[in-house]
Parts: sequence; structure tokens; C-alpha cells
Amino acid sequence: MKRQETEVKAVKFGDSHVTTKEFLAPGHNFCTGCGESLAIRMALKALGENVILANATGCAEVCTTPLPYTSWRIPWIHTLFENVGAVISGVEAGLKISVQKGRLEDRGIKCVAMGGDGATSDIGLQALSGAFERGHDFLYICLDNEAYMNTGIQRSSATPYGAATTTAPAGKLSIGQITRKKNMPAIAAAHDIPYVATASPSYRFDLMKKIRKGAEIKGPAYVHILVPCPTGWRHGGDVTIEIGQLAVQTGIFPLYEIEHGRYRLNADPPKRKPVREYLKLQGRYRHLTDENIETVQAMVDADYARLKEKVEAFPA
Amino acid sequence: MSRRVALEASHAVAEAARMADVDVISAYPITPQTHIPERLAEMVADGELNAAYVPVESEHSAMSACLGASAIGARTFTATAGPGLEYMHNVLYVASAMRFPVIMAVANRALSAPISIWGDHSDVMAVRDTGWIQVFCQNSQEAFDMTIWAFRVGEDRSVLFPVMVHLDGFTLSHVVEPMFLPGQADVDRFLPRFQYPYSLDPDRPMTHGALGPPDIYSEAKLAQEMALQESRSVILAAWDEFASIFGRNYRPVEEYRTEGAETLLLTMGSYTETAKIVIDERRDKGEAVGLISLRLWRPFPFEEFRQTVSGARLLIVFDRCISFGMGGPVFSEVRSALYDQDKRPKVVGFVGGLGGRDVPEKEFGYMIDRGREVAEKGSDRMIETVGIR
Repeated sequence: MKRQETEVKAVKFGDSHVTTKEFLAPGHNFCTGCGESLAIRMALKALGENVILANATGCAEVCTTPLPYTSWRIPWIHTLFENVGAVISGVEAGLKISVQKGRLEDRGIKCVAMGGDGATSDIGLQALSGAFERGHDFLYICLDNEAYMNTGIQRSSATPYGAATTTAPAGKLSIGQITRKKNMPAIAAAHDIPYVATASPSYRFDLMKKIRKGAEIKGPAYVHILVPCPTGWRHGGDVTIEIGQLAVQTGIFPLYEIEHGRYRLNADPPKRKPVREYLKLQGRYRHLTDENIETVQAMVDADYARLKEKVEAFPA
Repeated sequence: MSRRVALEASHAVAEAARMADVDVISAYPITPQTHIPERLAEMVADGELNAAYVPVESEHSAMSACLGASAIGARTFTATAGPGLEYMHNVLYVASAMRFPVIMAVANRALSAPISIWGDHSDVMAVRDTGWIQVFCQNSQEAFDMTIWAFRVGEDRSVLFPVMVHLDGFTLSHVVEPMFLPGQADVDRFLPRFQYPYSLDPDRPMTHGALGPPDIYSEAKLAQEMALQESRSVILAAWDEFASIFGRNYRPVEEYRTEGAETLLLTMGSYTETAKIVIDERRDKGEAVGLISLRLWRPFPFEEFRQTVSGARLLIVFDRCISFGMGGPVFSEVRSALYDQDKRPKVVGFVGGLGGRDVPEKEFGYMIDRGREVAEKGSDRMIETVGIR
């Protein structure tokens, strides 16, 4: 059963071309206003159909594949929560040797793995680190909604300081998360892999460009996408895009690339907006006092300055 | 053309994987399994085997990478032992449920704590319910034969299950023995190329590993159980075919001097060969004793087992594992398998040989004598042991 060939139409937006084909079928169970589903849809458009996708357990897998239905129009595999880095390693190694042994024709199939922030920076970190270190030719996409949303908004190591979650709730004695967000792109970059980038579905052409670059570059690539989660962040589904923009404009989530160790800031607003504007749209930060917000602002300023130092020291 | 060689059992397994022209090997080192992946890595480095050797960072990833490789249709092999098998426990269930015919050698080892790198069957028993086809080996020849056979059975279109080949850590894995190595042409005749029917392929996009809501999960699991039960016919046919090509016969329940035996001893793995010495001695003295060995552990060979023991009055089971709070796991299973039989032997179980404790011939003699005593007079001990202070 060969896939029916349909005409690929391209729509022109600025200097980019985007296929009108959809590889994530409608009818899935993502929440209204979900930033993750937007990011996946865009990423798949950037990747095209010559791809194999391995998915960790999480919202993306649960919302798209209630047997006997599936939303995936590309070959897709899910096994467990903690092992997607290893699964894609096996896919990539298997493809490569099968081509070398002449059992498969070389079609340049892209190997892509995808997981949430928990699957990436907590439970699956070891498997991912191993895959990076071994140098498999694959792209890893982290869909970071900053907590275990699929199980009901529990804190992860990617949950930012001051955010309330169900396992780090704000209370009389606590402001919620009291630790700093684990810097997963820096961890990826520490493996000296050829490509690391951050992206946001609010900047869709930037996102698609990075996904394509990550897939095409030889060796491991890592794209970390901040995906607003209306359910977990406690915001309306109508402000998902705006929140994603504010994350970049305030500098709490800067868009940058590290290509062969060289840094490039993709958006460097001359005057960053106060982080308060980003926080105030989200119920998870509702409890923060002015003093708490100043602490967050100081953290953002320090992190941003540190990133800019790297950009200046190792410019692309 | 087969030739007679001396090979360590671990190297025999590696040789089998080489002759099977395996595509992907993904393994993590753990004693006493190490000689298997080391030998394979050496073969790849020397160009004797054209395979991808994926040196993963854990056993969990070893098995996970095997899933990915199998899903694109690559012939896939790994090996582990004891705690490594337990570390991949979660992934073992996925391999069988998603019907990936990964072949794995297990150099059976004890589980911590206290840490022990030496052999027993605690690792096997902890994974008996994972849905894998599982067989035991007694010597190097069998380690080779069962590995080749495992690919043939697991990859069969009507089976598609992963297979574990168990060889006792050290007492078998590290022992050099004479054996026959078959010619490549015979191996190729026995083992066709792996044709995975559901491979990940952009031309035929498929979803592997979907969510099973309550209205479908039960049926999926029952279908899996039925498929595993039905794999028996291929298991037996493949052994028949093996015999016709290589001249060595294997059965789900191996028998040794069982004719007219009133007392049967049941062992698994390499200690079967030690027990044979004792059976010979007892037979020479005129005692009606025999030996059976479970080669096929999963799917459990109910029919063959019941038939084999039906004429005996006493079955003595040797377990190299404790199911805590229950006793010997093999003992529990075989006794349960006999419960509905009109004609069945009494069953007495012994636990011993844990964490590499040697079980010399005299201990098998003790099991026979003490087993008869317990069968006759009963026992007030919680658990019958052998060779434990």
C-alpha cells in the first residue's frame, strides 16, 4: 500500500515556503490552544514525509493515538517514557546498516525523536545523552511545557522558579517551584553536537527553519521548543501565541542557535519587556508578590546577560 | 560442513549471532555476559561481521535501541545478565507486546543485594512473565544451537516474538567446550532473511505503540497471550527442521534415563549435566531414577511436561531462585501444572545453588534421598534447601 501521491503545494510567506500538507491529522485530543500541538504541526511541515519519528510517552503520544485511531501520517513509534533517545539510536543504526548491506535503498530518511520536558531533561536524560555522545544522525525535539502536564501538572526540572504546580504548589510557606529551570539546551550543547537551537511556535518560520536545519545537519541536533500549555500554565487558549511572543520579548526564553559551537541570537530586542508582562497572563504565577517578580526579573537579566556574553565570545 | 572446535559458550553465542548475519547489536557490559558483546565488537572491528555495534549507556537503552532497530526490520541481538536484565525489565514487556523479535542471550546471574556477580536463576524468574519465548542451554553446543534457533523462531511471520536464550553465568558462559560449528550454507538454509512485515517506512506510514484505552487493552493482551501459546507449533517445527539439517534433536522437555523411573529429578540449565552423573550412579545401583530438564520455559510446555512425568511417583524440583514468601518458583509452577491431572507424582522442591554456590554431585544425591523422605513423611520446614548452611 503505497501512499497516494498528492500534489505538494507550497504557500509563500516572506522568503519561506510551507507545504499545505498536514502530517498531523485533525481529530486529535490536544487541549484548545495547546502550544505543543502547534509546534508539532509546524515541525512536521518542516520535516516533510521522508521521516521516521520516535515519540516519548507524554501528551503528544496520548492525544494522538487512542487505539484504533492515529493522527500520524508519517511512520511513528512510541515505546516508553524514558527511552526515546535509545529507540531513535536503534532506528538510525538499523537504517544505516541496512542501507550499507544493500537491504534498503538509501532514501535519506530523517530520524527524529520527540519528547516533553520530563522525558528530555528528567527521566530520559541518560538515554538522550548517550545518543548525543554516540553521534547518531538524528534530530531531537524537546517540547517544553515546563511540567508533567500529561499526568496533571507536576513539577519537573524544567519548571521555572516561582511557578505553581501540583507537586510544588504555592502555599503559606512556599512560592511553588524554588529551584531554577534546568538549562537543557546548554546540556545538549555540552555534548559538542553540531546543532542546538531554541524555538517557539509563536515564531513559526524561525521554528520551521531550525527544525529543517536540525534534520539536515549531519550528526545529532537538538531543538528546544517552549510550548505554552493553557491547562498547566492557567491561561486562556486565545493567548497562547501572545504568551510565546512575550517569553521571547522579555528574554525569559531567548531564541538562539549554537551551530558547531558558535552562538547566534535570533531575536535580540533593543529593550526587553519587563518579565511581569509575561508572568501576569498566567495563573501559575498568580501568587507571586512584587518582590518575587523582582527576583524572577533579576534571574532573567542575569541569564540573558550570560547568554549574550557567549554570543559575543563565540559569534556565528 | 560442520567442524569440531573448542569454544567458550559465550563465544559460541557470538559465533551464532555472526553466522546469523545480525544487523544491529546493542549491548551494555555486565559480568558474566561481557564475553558475548566483546567477541561481537571484535568481529565487527575485524570486518568478520558487518553489523552496527551500538555501545549504549545502559541495559535499558540496550533493549530500547533493539526495539528501534527491529522496528525498521533489522536483525537485532543483545546480551545481558542479572541486574542488567532487571534494569531493562520495563522494556522487555514492550518488546513482546509490540512483537519485535529481538534475540537476547542471558548469562544468568544473581540479583543484588548483597551484590553477587555469580550465577543463579533469580534474573530469569523475575522476567518469566514478560511475554518472551525462553529456552535454557546445558552446554556450548546448545548455546550456539539455541541462538541460531531463536532467530528462526522469533522472526517467523506467525510468531514475531522476542526470544531469550539462557546460559548459566560462569558455569556455562565461561566454560570452553568441544562443539560442532556448522557450515554457513547450512545456517543459511535453516535461517532465512528477516522480513519484518510492519517496518517503519515513509512509503507506508504506520503507527507503532499507540495508546490502549480500557475498551481495547484487554483484547490486545489476550491476543498477545494467544499468539505466544500458538508459537508452540513453530517452536517444535523449527527444532525438527534443526534436527534434519544439523543432526541434533531438541525437545521442550529433555529426558535422561526416564524409562520406568519412579523418581524424577527436574533441573534447568547447565546443572543438568552434573545431575546426569548422579542419575547414572543411581541407575547402576538399580534405582528407578531419571532426570528431566525444562528446555522450553516459555511458553510453558504443559503437554510435554505432563506426559513426561505421568508415570513417576515422585518429582524432585531443583530451583536456583527463591520467590520470596512463596518458595521455589519452578516448583510452584510445575506443581500447579500437575494439579488437574488424575495421575500425577508427588512434587518436592529444593532451593540451592544461589549466587554461584556450587552444587556438586553429592547434593543431587541428597535431593533424591531427602526428596523421598519428604514425600513419605512430610516436612515441617518452610523450605527445603540444598547446600545452604
